Amino acid sequence: MSELYFLKNRGNPESKSIDFYLSHGGYEALKKTLKNFEPNSVIDEVKKSGLRGRGGAGFPTGLKWSFVPQDNPNPKYLVCNADESEPGTFKDRYIIEHEPHMLIEGIIISSYAIHSHLAYIYIRGEFAKGAKILENALAEAREKGFLGKNILGSGYDLEIYVHRGGGAYICGEETGLLESLEGKRGWPRLKPPFPAVVGLFKSPTIINNVETLSNVPLIMERGGEWYSQLGRDPKNAGIKLYCVSGHVNRPGLYEFEMGINLKELIYEHAGGIYKNHQLKAVIPGGSSTPVLRPEEIDVPMDYDSLAAIGTMFGSAGTIVMDETTCMVDALYNLERFYAHESCGQCTPCREGTMWMVKLLRRLEHGEGTVEDVDLLADIAGNIMGRTICPLGDAAAMPAKSFVQKFRDEFIEHAKQHKCPVKKDKSIKVTDANA
Amino acid sequence: MAVEFSEAAKQEFKEILKHYPTKEAAMLPTLHLAKREFDHISPEVITYISQLLDLHVTRVANVVSFYTLFPTEPEGKYVIQVCSTLSCQLMGAETVVEHIKEKLNIDVGETTPDKKFTLKKVECLGSCGTAPVMQINDDYYEQLTVEKIDKILDSLE
Repeated sequence: MSELYFLKNRGNPESKSIDFYLSHGGYEALKKTLKNFEPNSVIDEVKKSGLRGRGGAGFPTGLKWSFVPQDNPNPKYLVCNADESEPGTFKDRYIIEHEPHMLIEGIIISSYAIHSHLAYIYIRGEFAKGAKILENALAEAREKGFLGKNILGSGYDLEIYVHRGGGAYICGEETGLLESLEGKRGWPRLKPPFPAVVGLFKSPTIINNVETLSNVPLIMERGGEWYSQLGRDPKNAGIKLYCVSGHVNRPGLYEFEMGINLKELIYEHAGGIYKNHQLKAVIPGGSSTPVLRPEEIDVPMDYDSLAAIGTMFGSAGTIVMDETTCMVDALYNLERFYAHESCGQCTPCREGTMWMVKLLRRLEHGEGTVEDVDLLADIAGNIMGRTICPLGDAAAMPAKSFVQKFRDEFIEHAKQHKCPVKKDKSIKVTDANA
Repeated sequence: MAVEFSEAAKQEFKEILKHYPTKEAAMLPTLHLAKREFDHISPEVITYISQLLDLHVTRVANVVSFYTLFPTEPEGKYVIQVCSTLSCQLMGAETVVEHIKEKLNIDVGETTPDKKFTLKKVECLGSCGTAPVMQINDDYYEQLTVEKIDKILDSLE
């Protein structure tokens, strides 16, 4: 696709207004949908498109929608997951702040598809600006009759409310989010039952990521068949926002059809390694995805290609590290994150993350032993698959992959009783593509 | 000493309740409102909210203690939250923290004696492309340098 979709108005502060959106074809997809499509046909169209969840798990969106039991007497809910908190990820924020109506139109169409009349946008508490922008945009949409009772004379009712989080990464996990929306601690639930059947207020609920929902107007406008042709292959179809951060000359947000090569993304689009340093490591899809060595980055960035080499596409939050990075120090940083964000329900995660933090602190400060390195991998292995939610796995995968791929560096920390890497902690100034 | 919402906040609370089928679900928006009204969530505020939502005090305290955005102690007028997760660390977050510590003469977690600034380290703020980043109250400040940090802090009244 030659034109940009998400980023087409980058740099224009007007893009968030409904008048701007309408004058550029906005809400036409909604009109077309309400006029020509039954809810089930919308699900079919999205299934045809091959759209997969853009939050990190990559589950086929249309398929998830079809899990909602329409014969269930409870109200159906659509929840937009705007809790973007995966380190390395900053794409949803762009959509919220610059294309809120794209998201709102997507939510309305998606809610219609699953027969929902009440939708919530769960937005992380720190995005105060984004929450205000969304509130304003929702008011604009209500005023123009795109929300409320009998939308555009179709007989369909929908209301959307913004719900701000309280500061907790775990509330990005769909069942942690539901608990939080219900007014409780964000403690994830066991699955099954899945939210599509037993979700918000025990009712059928679909939770979709901001970017996922924002694709829906495009799909309804141009057709699922058309969308499925974008990208390298139909199982990894569509367009994607790629986030690049860390040691590159032009960090920021990039939009391509699915499957851009990771090496190309870093060297051709993000300006190459900061100040021409040597590349040391790349986390491809957000901090929870296994790390890659420089020789592994010649790979398309999509769900299946990255899974094939033992990592994940995740949220497409690519973090680039150069030779001034100590891998022990970097892992210590990440495990501090997971330990802090662990909700505490499951012993392996709660105790395991804290234990890994202590081990890494010892190693980084030269007080660790060679045995500690294998112990680290062992603890990670004992967290994986033994928790209620994937945060445990998310904490374990970096630890396993860092130790596996940079083992020598970890061992040297122990043998030399100090960190042998020449770290650079200075502030880096870049030409960020913000 | 009992606390109470202002008339405007009471109105806002009434509106909030309309958005949810249960009172308990209004917990987070009510806590955000309470933070605006009372600056921090004291035990009296927790009791007040539990009465508003028809919940036991422990249900409210349970939630307040879980999330990072509801302070239970008074904080400075400006709460500086420096992102310290990986991408920001790679781009110099530790130097940002050290500079602010030196400039304000406080440690992480402390408030200046004139109660103007509180300094905190926080986890990923979701702005990794423009690292290093800090949030002061509701506002994000991105692509920080030492000069920018000085300019920002000096400009806050």
